[in-house]
Amino acid sequence: MELTLEQKAILNGEKGETLAKVMKTLVMYGEAFDATKMVPVTSNYNHLVTSFGLGVMDPVYELMDTLLKEGVRSSQKFTVDPRPLDPNVPKGFLQNLVFKRFMYNKQEFYEKQLEALGLLEKDAFTCTCYMSEVGNKPEYGEVLSWSESSAVVYANSVLGARCNRNSGIIDIMGSIVGCVPYFGLLTDEGRKADWIIRIETTRKPEAQLLGSAIGMKVMEDVPYVIGLDRWLGNELNEEACTYLKDFGAATASNGAVGLYHIDGLTPEARKLGTKLLKKDAKEYVITDEVLQEVYDNYPIVWKNKDAKPRLCFMGCPHMSLQQLKDWTDTIEKNLRKYGNPQVLIPTVFTAAPAVIREFKKTDYYPRLEKTGIILSYICPLMYMNNPLCAKMPVITSSNKLRTYTTSRYYTDEEIVMQLCKGGR
Amino acid sequence: MKEFKGRVVTPGTCTAEAVVTHQGFNTLASLQKALQFGDKTAKVNDQNNPDLFGKPIAGKALCLPQTIGSTTGGLVLYCACKMERNPRCMLFGNRIDSLACAGAVLASVWSDAEMPVIDELGDGFLDYVKDGMKITIKEDGTVIVE
Repeated sequence: MELTLEQKAILNGEKGETLAKVMKTLVMYGEAFDATKMVPVTSNYNHLVTSFGLGVMDPVYELMDTLLKEGVRSSQKFTVDPRPLDPNVPKGFLQNLVFKRFMYNKQEFYEKQLEALGLLEKDAFTCTCYMSEVGNKPEYGEVLSWSESSAVVYANSVLGARCNRNSGIIDIMGSIVGCVPYFGLLTDEGRKADWIIRIETTRKPEAQLLGSAIGMKVMEDVPYVIGLDRWLGNELNEEACTYLKDFGAATASNGAVGLYHIDGLTPEARKLGTKLLKKDAKEYVITDEVLQEVYDNYPIVWKNKDAKPRLCFMGCPHMSLQQLKDWTDTIEKNLRKYGNPQVLIPTVFTAAPAVIREFKKTDYYPRLEKTGIILSYICPLMYMNNPLCAKMPVITSSNKLRTYTTSRYYTDEEIVMQLCKGGR
Repeated sequence: MKEFKGRVVTPGTCTAEAVVTHQGFNTLASLQKALQFGDKTAKVNDQNNPDLFGKPIAGKALCLPQTIGSTTGGLVLYCACKMERNPRCMLFGNRIDSLACAGAVLASVWSDAEMPVIDELGDGFLDYVKDGMKITIKEDGTVIVE
């Protein structure tokens, strides 16, 4: 790999042993993908995936400590994935004890490390940092050193920024030295599509199921989706962006998609169209039957498959302001329809702290409160990942949450029925 | 017995028993429970992976097409190495993905763990290798399966 004089000096230890190891990590990482050079990180802010102070992740905190002790800091401020704890979210005495004493006993310590390294603000914890209310929204063509699979796929696909699917720790290293290896989704060639996906459904496909089907089929390849603009339109408005947020998260967690193009909608597809297709692109047709098959094949890992759900999580990734408003309307309407004053299953809607702040300024907030739904900034995934919660029958319409936990997936429509009417 | 030749991502030699997945290895979903709750054998907890679910992978030769899922993948692998719950080696049929590569590089630069990683072993490799086979890997990326 060809390095600039400054990059070489860092690698050779002229700015200290720790910084040399940071550069060595990035060079080795790039060389594995035949990167020929490093390119500057050009976004205003970074986004990191590791938000949790898990007692057993000591190696991560030790590494952070090494960086801090050597005076190493991030050249960019950054946002981080959601916090794993929120006192508003229902939990029993035992769960509380397990969370605070055993699992996330390093949370306070780790958040102090993040602040010292360059956390954007004390509540900058969300997986949807690209929401306008949060303010970490990169511009078209900017080079990022982000991680968090759902944020990376959104930044690449919907915003047209350029970022590889970086791992935690690699993310911060790009900010520390201010450059990232040039390969994969940073290059024009790497952004070309390996797959044509044709949408031939008779109704608007459920975002989560469509993302899941595509992710499982293409794995880490780039799909070019034709026929979805029929359902989403040709403008990246709030509704389309929200759909693509949830769709992308499913492609990234059920597969390893870092970039997708939606014909007639996403910025590069609008600019380059089918020129983005590789010559030998494979084809995959999505029909109602394909999506039904995907849904039917999700494993149900509850011990008692007929158990009454004890909790419902919505918002993995975190909900947008518009989603919170729309869901408030939908829940209210259906509670009225079925004659119930409040939701029948304890339910948590999750969103970024900045989005929650804005939502609380609207008249939707008291209406949502009235339905009994709890609003939280928590990471449902982190909440679920312990033996006590894992045994709980939890439902969700998030494919990402389903993938990583024991929660059970239902479509949005089915969730509404369970919350407002009872049963499926 | 069959020999395969791949590309060395992080160097080393070893002999270990094969554990094979034909679908993407979801690092977070697979290892989170083992790391959190003291399972030194690192039993895979990914409900979506029937090839591996419930099987221990610590000390084994993990044969896989690629890793998938959360971008915590690299640091989870790095932690597994620091906590000695990592596969003895990782052998990829395809080119390595960015998350697995990050984990392998972090382990190599920031820890004393030795987890050789070889990729580009070809489709034939994953067709041939089966659970329980003996894997020997050499410094130059040669993998002997018997």
